[in-house]
Amino acid sequence: MPLVPEIDYGTPASKSAELVTLTIDGREVTVPAGTSIMRASMEAGIQVPKLCATDMVDAFGSCRLCLIEVEGRNGTPASCTTPVAPGLVVHTQTERLKQIRKGVMELYISDHPLDCLTCAANGDCELQDMAGAVGLRDVRYGYEGDNHVKARSATGTINAQWMPKDESNPYFTYDPSKCIVCSRCVRACEEVQGTFALTIEGRGFDSRVSPGAHEAFLESECVSCGACVQACPTATLTEKSVIEIGQPEHSAVTTCAYCGVGCSFKAEMRGEELVRMVPWKDGQANRGHSCVKGRFAYGYASHKDRILNPMIREKISDPWREVTWEEAFAHVASEFRRIQYQYGRESIGGITSSRCTNEETYLVQKLIRAGFGNNNVDTCARVCHSPTGYGLGQAFGTSAGTQNFDSVEHSDVVLVIGANPTDGHPVFGSRLKKRLRQGAKLIVIDPRRIDLVRTPHVEAAFHLPLKPGTNVAVLTALAHVIVTEGLFDEAFIRTRCDWSEFEDWAAFVAEPQHSPEETEKFTGVPAEELRGAARLFAKGGNGAIYYGLGVTEHSQGSTTVMAIANLAMATGNIGRPGVGVNPLRGQNNVQGSCDMGSFPHELPGYRHISDDATRETFEKLWGVTLNNEPGLRIPNMLDAAVDGSFKGIYIQGEDILQSDPDTKHVSAGLAAMECVVVHDLFLNETANYAHVFLPGSTFLEKDGTFTNAERRINRVRKVMTPKNGYADWEVTQKLAQAMGLAWAYTHPSEIMDEIAATTPSFAGVSYAYLEEKGSVQWPCNEKFPNGSPIMHVDGFVRGKGKFIRTEYVAADERTGPRFPLLLTTGRILSQYNVGAQTRRTENVVWHEEDRLEIHPHDAEQRGIKDGDWVKLASRAGETTLRALITDRVAPGVVYTTFHHPNTQANVITTDFSDWATNCPEYKVTAVQISPSNGPTDWQEDYEELSRRSRRIVGKLEAAE
Amino acid sequence: MNIRAVATQEATRISEIIDHCRHLEGPMLPILHKVQEEFGYIPESAKQIIAEALNLSRAEVHGVVTFYHDFRDHPAGRHTLKLCRAEACQSMGCESLAEKAKAKLGIDWHETTADGAITLEPVFCLGLCAQAPAAMLDGELYARLDEDCLNDIVAEVRA
Repeated sequence: MPLVPEIDYGTPASKSAELVTLTIDGREVTVPAGTSIMRASMEAGIQVPKLCATDMVDAFGSCRLCLIEVEGRNGTPASCTTPVAPGLVVHTQTERLKQIRKGVMELYISDHPLDCLTCAANGDCELQDMAGAVGLRDVRYGYEGDNHVKARSATGTINAQWMPKDESNPYFTYDPSKCIVCSRCVRACEEVQGTFALTIEGRGFDSRVSPGAHEAFLESECVSCGACVQACPTATLTEKSVIEIGQPEHSAVTTCAYCGVGCSFKAEMRGEELVRMVPWKDGQANRGHSCVKGRFAYGYASHKDRILNPMIREKISDPWREVTWEEAFAHVASEFRRIQYQYGRESIGGITSSRCTNEETYLVQKLIRAGFGNNNVDTCARVCHSPTGYGLGQAFGTSAGTQNFDSVEHSDVVLVIGANPTDGHPVFGSRLKKRLRQGAKLIVIDPRRIDLVRTPHVEAAFHLPLKPGTNVAVLTALAHVIVTEGLFDEAFIRTRCDWSEFEDWAAFVAEPQHSPEETEKFTGVPAEELRGAARLFAKGGNGAIYYGLGVTEHSQGSTTVMAIANLAMATGNIGRPGVGVNPLRGQNNVQGSCDMGSFPHELPGYRHISDDATRETFEKLWGVTLNNEPGLRIPNMLDAAVDGSFKGIYIQGEDILQSDPDTKHVSAGLAAMECVVVHDLFLNETANYAHVFLPGSTFLEKDGTFTNAERRINRVRKVMTPKNGYADWEVTQKLAQAMGLAWAYTHPSEIMDEIAATTPSFAGVSYAYLEEKGSVQWPCNEKFPNGSPIMHVDGFVRGKGKFIRTEYVAADERTGPRFPLLLTTGRILSQYNVGAQTRRTENVVWHEEDRLEIHPHDAEQRGIKDGDWVKLASRAGETTLRALITDRVAPGVVYTTFHHPNTQANVITTDFSDWATNCPEYKVTAVQISPSNGPTDWQEDYEELSRRSRRIVGKLEAAE
Repeated sequence: MNIRAVATQEATRISEIIDHCRHLEGPMLPILHKVQEEFGYIPESAKQIIAEALNLSRAEVHGVVTFYHDFRDHPAGRHTLKLCRAEACQSMGCESLAEKAKAKLGIDWHETTADGAITLEPVFCLGLCAQAPAAMLDGELYARLDEDCLNDIVAEVRA
């Protein structure tokens, strides 16, 4: 298996519809107008020598190597900056061009080290390739003149032009002595990533690439996305893993296992060792870009904390005992059967993982429905996007996001609410910023001043800093302005929605108590700003709404989602590129895990369990009778456990103790169970309460599919043998077999075939189809044979779009004299959710601990200084962490991340939840803060429990 | 006055300069010129302040500042003497004149005399090729420079 081939066309593709024909080296070439001659040549199979051009960035024309001659034109123009024109006759290789190119290369090489044999880029160096391509045979200038290569001259004097290697970034090095100043890195940082962290300092021979203002990479504005490393044609910017291991020899295209953007990567391998991850240019979600997590943070897969053998213990106070897989499966099967015999069929259940593949998730819910004989299956989407499922399902007829990521390239106004794309969904964040730099307008609704509000070359037209918990009021006020000022799209509403429902809704939002002037009193959003934002969104052209957990994780999460849908329908922003309602999914496969029937009331494809026809499909295939009553949700399972009626649980790839609200309640529920089976990579926090631990496999160790936030089904490809012995789908299958089910899947493709056969929206999907197309967005079936990049194009899935009244109800969680501040939570770029993976990578250099952001005013009142330990207390509990004083948060609001287990942010959060779906109200908790000396008793007790529960017989205490 | 107070004062003054110029089209160069006029150089802290004000990255401001040799990263002496080293002046002996200047002042290019009186800078073409060798003292041009003239200049600025 060789490296996946990728052609560098030198300049980006032109999107023009007009075609131009010209002749290059005697060959006729037809390309879209606006294409560069360089790209046209490459499309004809003629590679013009080049150094400063690459198709991830715009043409620059600085290296003077890609020169060509055009008949009837003077001189030797650069092919990268010269566009095609009809009838041109181009020559890419003439005597004159050969001489010029050789001369240019001679100059480059006279100031470049000649250590090719020991250079990390040996075999993957464009400078080396070009020296070969132009036939460079000697350098007349010698190497002793002014140079950037040698630390000292031959006579021993110090060379002031020389700069040492910068190794500050944990993942790549910057070696200025190898730099040819092509500025590809600078342009990649600007055009692709949009951070502008790099520049060329100086001029002429003094020109150097400089991170920040001549800083080390780690101290600069760099966010370590790696686009510069990918763009670099030499060894100047090189992955440390390549320096250590060497060049890869084969690669496979796979899908990132972090966030819901679902970036496609080439996993570049040497044998079974992963050398590096390089984003795949043909990946339709990421278009060749990545973030620091996807590209670099895969070290957890080989971290020493990974558990590779199954383990059992009688009581959670015992140390773990390593056992064989057979013993583990037999033990779990007999325990689950015993519990069901003793306490009834409904006394066990399971949780599917949004981190695992569609196939694995499908198997877990199948095990529960067919093997356990109940519907006690739930998934972590319960705690994130379940309101999206409900809200959009009501309004449009399907829970899915309406667009693909490419859609943002056509947006004119983007409304971001309760999401922080540059941290949480960085690759989408970069694509959004690119569009904003092209002139699209931005509205941000967020209690905190997220980066997008103002970041180099991007500035929000409006930032509405609302009080946490008042989303519904703000969105209804926006609708009020749109309706009362007549800004709605009547033609769209009349054809696509139910007019009488609209009239009812319009009368509701037009009521005076929903006016911005009234809502300002409790939302804190200035009425004039809100009116401006509403007018811009309604009349600014293509309007797209992107939202995240800041919308859903509220007691009115579902209502907010409906309010968003109302807004999109009222302004006619549904059903074409550039518009739509786009939930930014948290996890790599949260969309897929929902699609696969992970909810207690739904079979795969969002079909209710009470629907006889659907049940019959599965009953026939599985040879069982399915229970037609919905099972328990995660919070219900925990309640039932505390009550004593729920005794066993199989948890695949989710750390509910850390990620679910009200930690003390979760731990009480788990402690009351008799058989807790945790299937994970690491002894996570939930495993502190487990009786059986089944080691999991990483995304690099299995075949399967992930479905990203745009409903795109992407392949995950196995590039190494599972270190623990089995891929997760095999573990679930063997567990099912131990419980007496006759499963015999030999490959995940067979599971996908079963999904396709039973679920109409996946009917056209198979591994062969994905192999051919790369990826597809469901629904993919007879009606949509090529999938559905954009939904609701000709009509809503439910027929007519439904306007729903969205009455604001103040959250039960109120501030008062005891708890005067509102806590809200979020994520940071370098860490991922509970951090089980990213904390086990070098990413910790960017985020060692969670800090509490406090406004200077609130801090001063309490005598808190930056970096002080503070106690954070709510009605539910208290914890301590260190303070970060910043005006990013408004007075009265505090904010923290939840990436580190010792922070225990969810000890603070309450058990209030969304009225429709039980999605917990993570984003609003009334708290008080006070100076503190250090960890609370709960934190210390918990630390001790964690330490004790990680003992393994015969081994030193496993590190955290 | 302690160090922090000085730093705050510097930041305040830079912000005032920015406010004065930000309405201009392409305000960065006018701002940098004014900052250099005020402080005699571009303080390192100015890059971040200008970047934030113009919504640019620190790297971008740094790129512009370092592109132009006339923007200094530390203060010059009370006077700056620029000697032209371009072709016409070279043909009229500017190199040996430069060596004499260095020896007389006891400094090399870009350096400032110990008494802080004078900074010596090379410059490439002052546009006085017909009257080479040329020099510039604090913005004032000198043509047909010779050793006597150089001595006069040095004596004058040290007076």
